[in-house]
Parts: sequence; structure tokens; C-alpha cells
Amino acid sequence: MMASSYNAKEEDGHHSGSAGLGGAAIRSRKPDNTAFKQQRLPAWQPILTAGTVLPAFFVIGLIFIPIGIGLFVTSNNIKEFEIDYTGTDMSSPCFNCSQSFSWNSSTPCKCVLPFSLEQPFESNVFMYYGLSNFYQNHRRYVKSRDDSQLNGDERSLKEPSKECEPYRSSENKPIAPCGAIANSMFNDTLDLFYIDPNGTKTQIPLIKKGIAWWTDKHVKFRNPGNNPNLTTVFIDTAKPVNWRKPVYELDTDSENNGFINEDFIVWMRTAALPTFRKLYRIIQKKNNMTPTLPRGNYTLEVTYNYPVRSFEGRKRMILSTISWMGGKNPFLGIAYITVGSICFFLGVVLLFIHHKYGNRNNSSDIPN
Amino acid sequence: MALCTGEESWVDSRTVYIGHKEPPPGTEAYIPQRFPDNRVVSSKLIIDTPTSPMTSGLPLFFVITVTAIKQGYEDWIRHKADNAVNQCPVHIIQHGKVVRKQSRKLRVGDVVQVKENEVFPCDLILLSTSKEDGTCFVTTASLDGESSHKTYYAVQDTKAFSTAEEVDTLHATIECEQPQPDLYKFVGRINIYLDRDEPIARPLGSENLLLRGATLKNTEYIHAVAIYTGMETKMALNYQSKSQKRSAVEKSMNAYLIVYLCILISKALINTVLKYVWQADANRDEPWYNQKTEIERQRHVIIRAFTDFLAFMVLFNYIIPVSMYVTVEMQKFLGSYFILWDDDMFDEEIGERPLVNTSDLNEELGQVEYVFTDKTGTLTENNMELRECCVNGHVYVPDAICNGQVLPGAAGMDMIDSSPGVEGKEREELFFRALCLCHTVQVKEEETVDSIKRGIHQGKSTSFYISSSPDEDSHMEILNREDEMERFELLEVLNFDSVRRRMSVVVRSSSGEFFLFCKGADSSIFPRVVSGKVEQVRARVEHNAVEGLRTLCVAYKKLSQEEYEEMCHLLNSAKLALQDRDKKLAEAYDVIEKDFILLGATAVEDRLQDKAADTIESLHKAGIKVWVLTGDKMETAAATCYASKLFHRNTQILELTTKRTEEQSLHDVLFDLSRTVLRQQGSMTRDTFSGLSGDFQDYGLIIDGATLSAVLKPTQEGSSSGGNYKEIFLEICRNCSAVLCCRMAPLQKAQIVKMIKASKEHPITLAIGDGANDVSMILEAHVGIGIMGKEGRQAARNSDYAITKFKHLKKMLLVHGHYYYIRISELVQYFFYKNVCFIFPQFLYQFFCGFSQQPLYDTAYLTLYNISFTSLPILLYSLMEQHINMDILKRDPSLYRDIAKNSLLTWPTFIYWTFLGVFDAVVFFFGAFFLFDNTTFTSNGQLMATNTQMMFGNWTFGTLVFTVLVFTVTLKLALDTHYWTWINHFVIWGSLLFYVIFSLLWGGIIWPFLNYQRMYYVFMQMLSSGPAWLSIILLVIVSLLPDVVKKVLCRALWPTTTEKIQNADKLYKGHLSEFTPLSSLHAPPLRKHDRPGNDSQIHTHRRSESSPTKKLMCTYWGGKPDYCTFSSFLRLGDNPRFSGAAFAYGAPGPETSV
Repeated sequence: MMASSYNAKEEDGHHSGSAGLGGAAIRSRKPDNTAFKQQRLPAWQPILTAGTVLPAFFVIGLIFIPIGIGLFVTSNNIKEFEIDYTGTDMSSPCFNCSQSFSWNSSTPCKCVLPFSLEQPFESNVFMYYGLSNFYQNHRRYVKSRDDSQLNGDERSLKEPSKECEPYRSSENKPIAPCGAIANSMFNDTLDLFYIDPNGTKTQIPLIKKGIAWWTDKHVKFRNPGNNPNLTTVFIDTAKPVNWRKPVYELDTDSENNGFINEDFIVWMRTAALPTFRKLYRIIQKKNNMTPTLPRGNYTLEVTYNYPVRSFEGRKRMILSTISWMGGKNPFLGIAYITVGSICFFLGVVLLFIHHKYGNRNNSSDIPN
Repeated sequence: MALCTGEESWVDSRTVYIGHKEPPPGTEAYIPQRFPDNRVVSSKLIIDTPTSPMTSGLPLFFVITVTAIKQGYEDWIRHKADNAVNQCPVHIIQHGKVVRKQSRKLRVGDVVQVKENEVFPCDLILLSTSKEDGTCFVTTASLDGESSHKTYYAVQDTKAFSTAEEVDTLHATIECEQPQPDLYKFVGRINIYLDRDEPIARPLGSENLLLRGATLKNTEYIHAVAIYTGMETKMALNYQSKSQKRSAVEKSMNAYLIVYLCILISKALINTVLKYVWQADANRDEPWYNQKTEIERQRHVIIRAFTDFLAFMVLFNYIIPVSMYVTVEMQKFLGSYFILWDDDMFDEEIGERPLVNTSDLNEELGQVEYVFTDKTGTLTENNMELRECCVNGHVYVPDAICNGQVLPGAAGMDMIDSSPGVEGKEREELFFRALCLCHTVQVKEEETVDSIKRGIHQGKSTSFYISSSPDEDSHMEILNREDEMERFELLEVLNFDSVRRRMSVVVRSSSGEFFLFCKGADSSIFPRVVSGKVEQVRARVEHNAVEGLRTLCVAYKKLSQEEYEEMCHLLNSAKLALQDRDKKLAEAYDVIEKDFILLGATAVEDRLQDKAADTIESLHKAGIKVWVLTGDKMETAAATCYASKLFHRNTQILELTTKRTEEQSLHDVLFDLSRTVLRQQGSMTRDTFSGLSGDFQDYGLIIDGATLSAVLKPTQEGSSSGGNYKEIFLEICRNCSAVLCCRMAPLQKAQIVKMIKASKEHPITLAIGDGANDVSMILEAHVGIGIMGKEGRQAARNSDYAITKFKHLKKMLLVHGHYYYIRISELVQYFFYKNVCFIFPQFLYQFFCGFSQQPLYDTAYLTLYNISFTSLPILLYSLMEQHINMDILKRDPSLYRDIAKNSLLTWPTFIYWTFLGVFDAVVFFFGAFFLFDNTTFTSNGQLMATNTQMMFGNWTFGTLVFTVLVFTVTLKLALDTHYWTWINHFVIWGSLLFYVIFSLLWGGIIWPFLNYQRMYYVFMQMLSSGPAWLSIILLVIVSLLPDVVKKVLCRALWPTTTEKIQNADKLYKGHLSEFTPLSSLHAPPLRKHDRPGNDSQIHTHRRSESSPTKKLMCTYWGGKPDYCTFSSFLRLGDNPRFSGAAFAYGAPGPETSV
């Protein structure tokens, strides 16, 4: 078809060429004939018809359903335990702590929550704290930080960014770390004890390193100066108003102190939604013989420092194992199964349509 | 001066003058110092923008920059051209000397000297020329395109001032009208003061006025005085009056924009209201962890609400696709080059490409519903060939075609009726003499006669004998048949004009007799004839007219000396009138031109243009109504219409002419016609519309200028019937597939276009024409197309597009117009779609972040989304897309109906796209939401050296949504692309790759110039997580699914014609050519050079059969009786033998009609 039109053109040219001597001159004024300019670039011309889409739908269905089932099973195999320790109920052990909270109290309020695991938790167990109704994604909150201060910039340490207002300075000293995010850092302490069937209480070792992004800990967050003695580095700064201790006393380990304290780094990554959980500790597997957390009774000892009652928030402690796809997340599996089946179903419908109408179409293409 | 303690440590001092009194002199100099007044400014109205100003500003800046560059470039070119004009030197006479000056320094009143081949720098009154008689020759080719040399006359009393010194002694004033845009009208008066007498007043007319832009020819030099300069010249005034046209797509675009603006405002309003409802609880407004600053707290609640509203507006402003305007602009600008480059529209004969004067209307070419075409020069070649002449009832036929060329002697005339008596002989002589004398041909000495390009009359005259030379102006030398010279003195010329439709000359023969020769249209000659063989000639004229020949009658009268003098007196008094000169002249002409003796008539043929009939037929099939507007007489025009397939054999012709309205009242005729038409319409079924086939009767309407003005004229009584005429007429027109308007004045053409434009469907109109008389309608119509033809370039210059041949209109509309429309409509819809997809998730996110205007995406993403991540694929799509092969588009004009009435930009489609965008946005957002909600969305730490699970924050959430967004939006376009060249592949996959690379880079480094590092490693962390990949794939597929399903289902169940053809094309790839219409298999159009061989054969044939060429046409799909073999003339039935014959002798272009 294309060829025929080209032929016609050549004939045209031939005629004009023989039209006279002027032909050559005229031809040179003719726009040069490239495929692009004539809009005749070679092209692939796909059309979405029932016929072409059919296989794609079946393929999607056939791939998605197994993936979905896989994801769903994996997600179901993940063991998760969640306990709310906010203490809104009278019956809750933390009720007293939640009621009598005051920023100024010097003695921390403690409460103990017993719980039991029905099933043993194999492999590494991750311990999270969860908060609800806490708007870490509020704009005023999200921007209230100074990244260059956290990156160890000395000038920003002395003079934090304006974004940190009203958590920028206290008592005429710059706050380090400044801003609302840092100021509201989660400061409950959670300890886990295993109660042997014979009644002895053993503390489960919680590992607090390796919970933040590697790049955050090593690149994005840095303590100011090269002085390993953080007390002198932060000498002219004030602690955030709601903190009980200054930043250089977050941990005794110098690799986990100051701005590079991992609890702090985790907190500084603001959550996307008002209900969120953040990694708190890791319980490492001891050996292959015994499960990390055998089934049985446990107690959770909470040092209750963090008030959430005022904004009707909730606090939870979550224990979870993980798989290759992360934590428990039935949504992805279900979504994959659903989409796979829809595609498969549509494929069947289209097959039917294609069979019934496709032939009719092709034969009736030629309008009469 | 003694220093006080501590004074020396002052860094900078200020001196305060107490009571503002100056210090006594002798101390330091008084330097008044400015101190700030005592106003304290600490309040600031800050709109707390959620995104940095740069984020919002950059796209806008980009848009403005690109537009500015484009506009600036065009302006620069204009500026350069202006400069070239402004600085070119002109010669001015000052104090008797010739001085060079820059053109822009020319003042009104300066006396200018212009040499041969120079362009006049401004509008001038001609004072004197190098010739003694004070005439000069001018070509106005660049002004109105007429390349012929026109004669201009110097003022009688100043023509003697031929040297610079002499001109300088001239003492005169000129009174004239204020500048007016009409090129051909000028009224003024010059007062010349000679020897301090009473001034001599002389009238000035357009024959004294040299227009800026015209060129002096054949005259050594002239002296003239500037009267209009700069922007007041007639050329500049004409230039300004060109108005901006807007396309229908642009109008719907603006309507959509308003809808989106409403959506934007309502979104911002809803969020503001909800914010304050939600914040009513103080613990939500200001929880302990997120306190406000003192300043914020003190702000009044109304100010806070207002700034919040504005902040929401800023956050959501991306829903208004600002960059769309740039993209559309670029698309139009670049896209118009495809018309320029098109080989098929390149004219080999004159070596011209199409012209694109505006690129704003590209897509309008795909929307045309009415085509208004001129006849002469547009449908026909405007190449006059003498067919016959009839003298005194005897018919003479030339045996070769003159083509405006001189025949050697008069041997070309073949006497068919070769027995004219003595009296006949005399009449014959007079007849040819009349033709020779009665014209305004000027021949340049150095040029051969046959190079003259002439209009109808002159062209014909030259074909007999000729000649007049500018040197012996008023004398015409005549070579009669015996090669003897006869001399006539030209006394008066009564110029041709379109109202009188005739012209006359008064000559004195060598024997001293006065003759007045007149020639003109039959209608204007016959009423003025007193004797001669009127009946025979009239019969012949009518016969010729039916065959589509242009006829012209010639008459004369003898004048006595007294009659001549009286006439001269009449003319002179009319010419000298300062006011209403035209009117007075017309009256004088009317008195003079009467009591003629009829000599005879000529018939001239104007061939149809190559493929004109095929083009008209295609336009009809494309659902376009074609109107022919011509100044010709009805019979001639009707014949052309049949030849060009405007009317078919089975078209029922409705006549609305003066002839009919004389018999019945206009009212009755109109109602009659409308009843006929409406009866048909009632029985018309839907499928006839799609097929244009079979028994459905189509109507053709013929209306003439006089009746038209009666129809359009509002009745004095203002009664209801008056207003109804127009409605009834429109109703009739709507139901006619073809309308022929004959005897139209130029202004009436524009009136018709205006009337159709204003009718209630507001159809898109296209006007095409070649002459200056078509300019008004070209400017009036939505799309104006000029033909670069014989009648100059005025039409081409005023048009939006200019082409060389009428047949190119087919490709212009059916292929280019179709493509442009498809492309731009997708462009517009897609732009709105992708911005809904972009912004709606942000809107949803507000519900989960306490309505705090927290942006979902990072600044860089907000800024670059429209500029670089998604802009190029759609731009290239809108330049390259071809949903159907262009050969099929050309072959099957009915595809054009699929896009008629702006069908791709209707409200339902717009709503569909918007809902698709909202759906996709919901999928993006809630997909990510459920993934993040209450779960540990983790990354597999293997890559990161530690074996841990990490939490993702809000920026990861946004990045995930954004990634899905970019992929979905780009793939959506990929699904819509039907034409994948390497460029499309490159741009689409390249954009996605660019997004990935950019994100890796943006998150890979701590950027020192940023005061936040929130994106650091976010993208990498996301990609290192398995669920992120899985969810991206899932969400992209889910978002694309509905659109795919909708497309496939619609295609399978309710396919449009376009889709059917697409399917067929795919199915029959390579075989479709079997169905190609015959036209493409025909031999290429006949060229001039290979004609002579069978020319005489054809024409003899025609003469004897008096029948036109046959046209053979097969339909694309074969077998529709409509277009099978079909004669353009009514008489096919009489001679079937002939049609076979015509086909047999090589089909010298089936399109070559008579």
C-alpha cells in the first residue's frame, strides 16, 4: 500500500523531469524528502483489540494469582503480637501512670503488663512501638527540624534553622537537636521478661543497634565536631524542652550517642500516616534449637514517660517475626489474588466477546 | 573642634540638625541627610506556603520562558525585517538637491525621488515622471499580487517639473482624506500656486496615489510627495486589520480550564472548612508535641483561614496544567511544519510549497463542516481558452487553444460558417477591432507578447492581434489580417468594474470617425442593445453558458463629434468632483453606455483544476458541505458545478433565483422549498447518514446574489415573517449537500459565511479562494485558505494557509486536519488527566495529615513532573501520532465524520478522562495507604549490609505514589499510541529511565545547597524492598486496567468507523491495496507538454459531441452505484459510446474535466 503510493510519486517526478529544462531547477526547490518530514517513518502500529489483549489478561491472571497466594501464605505465617499499654481503662496496669502524668515529675512512673504468647516466635523477632492519632505528618511538625544541624554542622548547632520555631531556643541557648520532631521523641522504655513455667523471671536481651537506615546513621546524621567528648561539644546548647536528659546522654555507648543515637534517628523519620509503628528493638535468635521467644508467659515493663492521653492517642508494643517481604501484610497478597482473578475473569469475558463479535466485526469491516 | 571622649571610636557619624535649621555658614557644609521616619514595621503578612516558592514558580517560569523565547524569536525576525525597511535609503529633494535619508526619517510633505525597480517607501502623490506625459508604470505584486503593470498619472499641472531643481520650485498644498485602509479609494485635491495667482485646484484620485510596497517599473524615475507615512500607509492599515482567530479546540480547552479552576477552588475551600472543623478541638489544633509559634497564635482566625485557603490553592495549583499551554503552542508551531514539508502538496509547476501563515488553526482543519469556495481560479484553472466566437450569429472556432498566447496572425480562426456576406464581413471586422481596442493591455517593450498574464478580457484580446506599447500610449497599432497597420487614437477608457460588469473605450479611427466599443457580461450588454442579431447571439450565449463557458458580448456605437464632446464634458465633470466621484462617474457611464449595436459574443473556457471533482467528491463523502460562491452567471456556474461533481446527476436542484421570485413571491418560494426538503428529511433514516448511499435524495440549491440579499434583508415592518426568511433559508441550506451562489459581490460572500457561522449549530467554516474578491470571506471564515494562483497573492497573504491547487485541500483536511485534531485532542485530555492523577493523591493525603497542607511529594518531583518527567512523551505523541495510515485517510473520506463536531473533546469524554484520573489517583493513594497502614513496610536489608528491617516515612510514601504515578501516566500514553516510531520509543522509555536516574541521583547525595535532606536514600531504600516492587507493578496494572477494558469492549461491541478500518487494516495488511480506489491506479495527471498530441482530437470530439469528459470513479469498497461510472454532465445517457471512448484513449486524467 505504501509502496504503491511511492510509486505514484516517482512517476510524478518522472513526468516533471521530462517537462522541460526547468524541471531540474524546480526539483531543487522541492523540500527534501525524508521519511520523517513526510510522516512516513517506519513504525510499529499496535491496536488494542480483544484478540491482542486476551493473552495479556490470561498471563497477568496466571502470574498474579500464584504470587498473591504466595504473599498471602507468607504473610499468614508471620507471627505478630500486639499489646496496648496506653492505660485508658481503669483495669489497665498503666492507668495510674497515664492519669498522673506530669512533665515535671522526677520519679518515672512504671507499670508492668503480663501477657502470654500462644505460639513460639522463631528466628529474629522485631519489637515495635506503635502510636495512633499522632500526626507526625502534620506540616508544621514535618518541617520543624534542621537537617544541617543533625548533619553535624557547627554553625547550625549554634544557630538552628528558623523552621525549628517554637522549639528553636530555650533559656537563650539554642536547642540541640531543635524542632518539634526531636522535641517529641518517644521516650518510654520497654523491657521484656520471660516468665519460666517455674516462675523465674529472665530479661530478654534487646538489641538497640541496627534499627535505623545505614545511610542515616553513617551519613545523614553526624555529631558536630570531631571531639569524642560530646558533653563539651553540646556545652552551649539547651536540651529540648520535653526531654528529660540532654542529647549527649541518650546512651552510654559513644557510637550510639548524640545525634547518631538510633532511637533518635528512627524517630526523626516522620511517619506517613497518623497511625504508625516504629522499630524499637531487635531480639536476636540465640540458636537453631530453641525459638527466640518460646510460648509462655511474659511481662512487659514500661517506664511510662510519654503522654498521649491529651490527644486521645494510643500506645502499643508489637512483637513480630518477618519474612522476605517484611512484616505481616495481608493486603498485598489479597490484592494480588483479586487483581489476578479479575484479569482472568476479564480474559474469559473477552474471549467470549472476541469469539462472538470479533468474527462478525472482521467480516463486516467492509461497510455495505 | 574638640573631640569629646570616645568620639574617635565612632565608625560612622550622623549629623542631626536640630529643628531642621541650617547651621550657620562657615561650619561644615550642610548635607541634608535622610533618616528613616519613625515607623516601626514588624508585622509581615506571610502566606505560609506548603511548597517552596520555587516549586510553584519554576514551572510557571519555564512556561513563560518558553513562550517568551518563541514570541521573542518571531518578534526578532519581524524587528529585523522592520529594521531593514526602516533603514533602507530613500532620496529626498531638499533645496533643489537630492539627499539620501533613512526611510524612517521620511516626513509627510517630503518630495521623494524613486528610481526604476525601487519600492515606494510610503504613500505618495505622483508629481512628475521621467516621461513627458507624466505617467509611470507600477506593479503592485507585493501588495495585492497583481503582477501586471498599472499606469499611474502625475498631476497635470506638475508633470513638467521633472528635475530636482524644478520640483523644488513647486509651491502647492494638498488636501486629502485621513488615512483609510481601502487600497483602491483615494480622494484629494491639490492646490498649485503659480505666480501668486489664485491657486489652481486639481482633483487627486487613486490614479495619482502610489502605494507603499508597490514597485516602480519601466520608468526611469519619478518625483512624488509623501502624504501618508509609517503606520498610516494603506498597506500598514490593511496589515493591522487582520484579526486573531481561535480554534474550537482552544475554546473547549478554556472551558475545561474553567471547570478545573472550579475544582481547584472547591478543593481548597473544602479542605479549609474541614481543617477548621477538625481543629475545633484544641488538642488537635495544637497538641503538646506540635506547638505553634507565638506569632501564629496571635493571628486573627480569619486571616489564618484565608492564608490556609491560599496555601491549599498553592498546594493544588498543579491541577491547572500551565505547561499545557506551552506544549500546545510548541505542538502547533512544530506540527505546522509537516504541512510545509509535505511533498504531495508541493507544486511542481510553479515550484511552490504551501504556506502556513498561522499555526493556531491546525486542528481546525479537522473540524470543517462547510467549505466555501470561489469558482474561478479555485475550482477552475483561471486559464482562459477561447472556444468560439459568434459574430452576428455566425460561429467561429479556433482550431488550437490559445492559452493566452498569440496566434500567428489570425490564421487560427477557422470559419465554420464561411459564407459571411459583405455586411457580415464588415461586422466581423468591427467585431475584431472592438476586441482589439477595448482592453487595457500594456505591453512592455522588452517582453514578448505571450508573457503577458491577463485576466479574462485582456487574455482573450491578446490572442488575436495586438499591441500597444507604453511609448505610444494612446495609439494602438493594429495588425489586421492583411498585416496592414491601422491607427486608432484612444480617447477615453471607461474602466471595467464589477458592478457594471462591462467596459468601454472611445477611439477615433484614422478616418476621423468616433467609435465607442463596449464589451461585458451578457446581462449588462443586452439591455443596452438597440440593434443587431440579438436573438441568435443570445441563443448562442446561453448555449455556451450551459456548457460552462464564460461568455462575453461585444457591442459598439458610432459617435458624432457633438456626441463625443458632450460625453467628454460629462466625464470630466464627474472626474473632477471631489465628493462622490465614484457615484457620479457611474452615473456618467450609465448615460454614455447605451444604444449599442450588438456585434457578437465570445466564449471562453476555464478548465476545471486537476482533480477538482475528486476533491469535491471526497469532501462530500467526508460530510462537508460545499458551497460555491461565484460572481459568474448561473448557467455557467451550474455547469461547472456539474463538472466538478458538486451536483450529481440525481441531485435535485432547488432554485432560488430572481427568475423564480419574479413569478412567485419570495415568501412562497422559500416555503415551497423548505417543504420539499423537510419531507425528505422526515423519511431519512440514520444509516443513510453514515453511508451517503443509495436512494436518499440529496439536494442542491442555487441562489443568486439578488435573491440572497432579499432573503437576508430585514423587513422594514419588522414582522415575524421577515426574520423567518433567514431561518427558513438556513433550514433549506442545512439539508442541501451542495449550494451554489452565483452573481455574488465580494461582500456578499463574506455575508454568507457570516450567516452560516452564526447559525445555531455554529459550524466550522472554511473559505478558499484565490482573488482579492475572496479576501473578505477568507478573513471571515474560521479557516481561510488562499490559493496562490493567477490572480495574485492577496488571498494567500490574508489567508491562514495558502496552497497552490484546489486538490491539495483534500490532503490538507482529510489527512493533516484529521491528524492534527486527533493529536491535539489527546494532548488536551491527557494533560488534564495527568494533572488530576498528580494532584488528587495530595488532596486525599490532606485527610490523613490533619489538613495541614503537607505536600505528598518532594519539591523536586512537584517541580519536574510537568516539566521533564511527563512532558516529552506527550509532545512527541502529539507530533507523530497516526492512528490510521494516511493513505487510508485519503482514500476513505468518511473517516472524517468520526471526528466531526469536536467529537473527541465533548463533555462526556472530558468527564471520562477526569474520572479516569480520579480513579487512578485513588488507586495510587489507597494502594500505598494500605501497604503502609498498620504494617511494617520493610526493606530487605541484604543490600544494606545490615540485616534489619526498616521503617519507611512519609517521603517514602510520597515517592512510592509518585513512582506509580509516573509509570502509569507514561504507560497510559503508550497504550494510546498507535504509531510507534523509534522516536516514540526513545522518548517514552527515555522519560521513565530519566525519572529513575534522576531519583537515584537526587537521593544519592547530600545536596549542600538544600536546607533539608529529606529525600536522602529514600528512593534506593524503596527499591531495595520487595513489597515496593510488587506494589508498584500491581498498582500500575490496576490503574491501567479499566481504560484498557473500556477500549477493548468499545472496540469489540460498538466500533466506530475508524476502529473498523483499523481492524481491517491490521487484518488485511498488504492486501488492502486490492480495495484501493481506482483513482490511485490512474495514470498521474496529465502534464501540459504531452497534451498537444491528442488535444485537437479531444477538443474536436468535444465540439462535435458537445459533451464533457467522463469521469470514472470506483469506490473504495467497491460496488456503490453512486460513484461507479458517472458522468459529470447530464447527458451521459445519450452517448454511452463516448464514455467508453474517453476511457479508452488513455484516460488523460480522469479528472480533466471540461
